[in-house]
Amino acid sequence: MDYLLTEEQVMLRDLCRQITDEKITPIAAQLDKSEEFPWEVVKVMAESDIFGVYIEEKYGGMGGGLLELCIATEEFSRGCAGIALAFSATALGTDPILLFGSEEQKEKYLPSIAAGKRLAAFAITEPAAGSDASAMQTTAKKDGDHYILNGTKHFITNGGEAEIYTVVAMTNKDRGARGASIFIVEKGTPGFTFGKKEDKLGIRGSATRELIFTDCRVPKENMIGKEGQGFLIAMKTFDMSRPGIGAQAVGIAQGAFEASVKYAKERKQFGKSISSFQGIQFMLADMATQIEAARALIYASARQIDAGSTKTVSKDSSMAKLFASDVAMKVTTDAVQIFGGYGYMKEYPVEKYMRDAKITQIYEGTNQIQRNIIALNLIKETSKS
Amino acid sequence: MNIIVCIKQVPDTTQVRIDPVTNTLIREGVQSIINPFDMYAIEEGVRLKEKYGGKTTVISMGPPQADAALREAISMGCDEACLVSDRAFAGSDTLATGYTLAMAIRKLKDYDIILCGKQASDGDTAQVGPGIATQLDIPQVTYVKKIEDVKDNHATVERMTEEGFEIVRTSLPCLLTVVKEINEPRIPSLKGRMKAKKAEILSWKAIDLDLEEEKLGLKGSPTWVSKIFTPPPRPKGHILEGDPEETTTKIIEALKDRLI
Ligand SMILES: Cc1cc2nc3c(=O)[nH]c(=O)nc-3n(C[C@H](O)[C@H](O)[C@H](O)COP(=O)(O)OP(=O)(O)OC[C@H]3O[C@@H](n4cnc5c(N)ncnc54)[C@H](O)[C@@H]3O)c2cc1C
Repeated sequence: MDYLLTEEQVMLRDLCRQITDEKITPIAAQLDKSEEFPWEVVKVMAESDIFGVYIEEKYGGMGGGLLELCIATEEFSRGCAGIALAFSATALGTDPILLFGSEEQKEKYLPSIAAGKRLAAFAITEPAAGSDASAMQTTAKKDGDHYILNGTKHFITNGGEAEIYTVVAMTNKDRGARGASIFIVEKGTPGFTFGKKEDKLGIRGSATRELIFTDCRVPKENMIGKEGQGFLIAMKTFDMSRPGIGAQAVGIAQGAFEASVKYAKERKQFGKSISSFQGIQFMLADMATQIEAARALIYASARQIDAGSTKTVSKDSSMAKLFASDVAMKVTTDAVQIFGGYGYMKEYPVEKYMRDAKITQIYEGTNQIQRNIIALNLIKETSKS
Repeated sequence: MNIIVCIKQVPDTTQVRIDPVTNTLIREGVQSIINPFDMYAIEEGVRLKEKYGGKTTVISMGPPQADAALREAISMGCDEACLVSDRAFAGSDTLATGYTLAMAIRKLKDYDIILCGKQASDGDTAQVGPGIATQLDIPQVTYVKKIEDVKDNHATVERMTEEGFEIVRTSLPCLLTVVKEINEPRIPSLKGRMKAKKAEILSWKAIDLDLEEEKLGLKGSPTWVSKIFTPPPRPKGHILEGDPEETTTKIIEALKDRLI
């Protein structure tokens, strides 16, 4: 389908496709096994100006928006969703600064992020606070010109590898959801250390790690927005980031689909290629249709946000993430089916796509939580009219 | 330092087939790319500029479509590009091509190092680079795998030989043809691609250059291609087994049979 991309967007897509084909796909299986962080690819992405695609030009970026971020994420994820996360989770960690950062904070952090010199990460989840982020235990206590952070975040993408962390902590526990604030914490700050690195089902080329804060003093200039705005900023960040997760899901599905079509044409049974069987053809047709629908929803929601139309953004970006991730799970499962027994083996690429797809239904709000958001918003919308 | 990189646009040989009836290349649907060996020359040209300062100019002789190849070179970091294109150049062999490019390079003036790929993937002659150097009457080093150093108006390079490599020191200006061992060409950045899209490409026709007409195109080409064909696969060898004395006699007889 023609999404009427601009010439620059097509250029970006082609560039990301080239990086994927030449630098990502060839090492995807190896990093899946070794769980190494893809620094080599990060370097290529940085030199290609990719880390700045969604950042304003005055901070050294390319001046694009969420659609550009989605295009890049989708292409990279087609090769390896784990490797792609070094890029897209940096965007997640950067979003609070882009959305609510002061001019000083933007000038201080955005140029090095745009240049790909420093990666970022976003930290809200804790062992006892997943879907219910308001159960968070990490605290930030004011002490003169500083806040003192104490607590543990876990399952943090880019944890340990990133230099810049946007961290949500409670500044006033009594105020519940209104008592959280968000801070920029740099790697190397005394009292900030890293804990357990997770051994995961999929996206194994991505680092998922624990962040531990022990009397970690953060200057008050590092607070993003105002005290008490932490949850608001986090929610707005997720509104922005969900299409990106959807794009990751579409990329995974696309990769699995392409492998399936190729295999179906090559594999012969009963004296014919299996692509001549209607049972396989219908599966391929459904896969292609679902992917296209997911992509259309992602691009539409990203374009809407880029155009500044935010009235229904929470609902729309939740729909995009929900639909695309469910499509990714379905398509990758079918891809394994088309490969038959070979699909179950690590020698072939599709079982990895299936393992990688699963995470898109879980993080940045599980798909149950997405449905909650969608339902809540549509009930709100209809009761107003 | 001023660097000139000569590139050629070629059909993507991984896609090319030969029509068995007409013995010509089937070009339909085949993408044009920069000669793969020239990619190393471009990369080296850009690296030299990054290391020593100066300017890297890329030049190509070819049809107007070669514009795309020049833009790709700009996206990789070349500063300027020049397309030498004219119907009068059609049918040029390596001699005429070397002559024409040399005259264009002469017009570009002030150059220190000229870089070429070791050969083009379509013709595989490896003659144009040396031809240019001969026409310009400057030293040439072929099959360069490393540029060690450029200083005091000299370049020290490593050149591949069948047994190993030689270290050669040459005065500037000089022409170097490079092999793929020299570097890993970069992926052009987004900013580079945008710059390339807008770049102005210098375009020269035959009349813009001070050329002798009889040295151009078909007229200036003593060689021509009479036939292109896919060579038949080499027949399987024959292995003689047995004790050495016996097999030696057999070999001698076999050779005698073939009148060698
Ligand atoms: C690989 C990976 C990377 C991650 N990266 C990051 C990161 O970079 N930063 C970060 O902050 N977090 C990150 N997370 C955390 C992620 O966002 C959470 O795991 C996710 O939000 C779910 O939280 P939980 O794991 O505690 O599950 P729980 O919240 O315990 O959910 C368990 C189950 O209950 C369901 N459930 C919960 N509440 C409801 C409800 N109200 N209605 C219906 N069903 C419900 C859930 O949908 C789920 O099925 C990451 C997680 C993983 C696995």
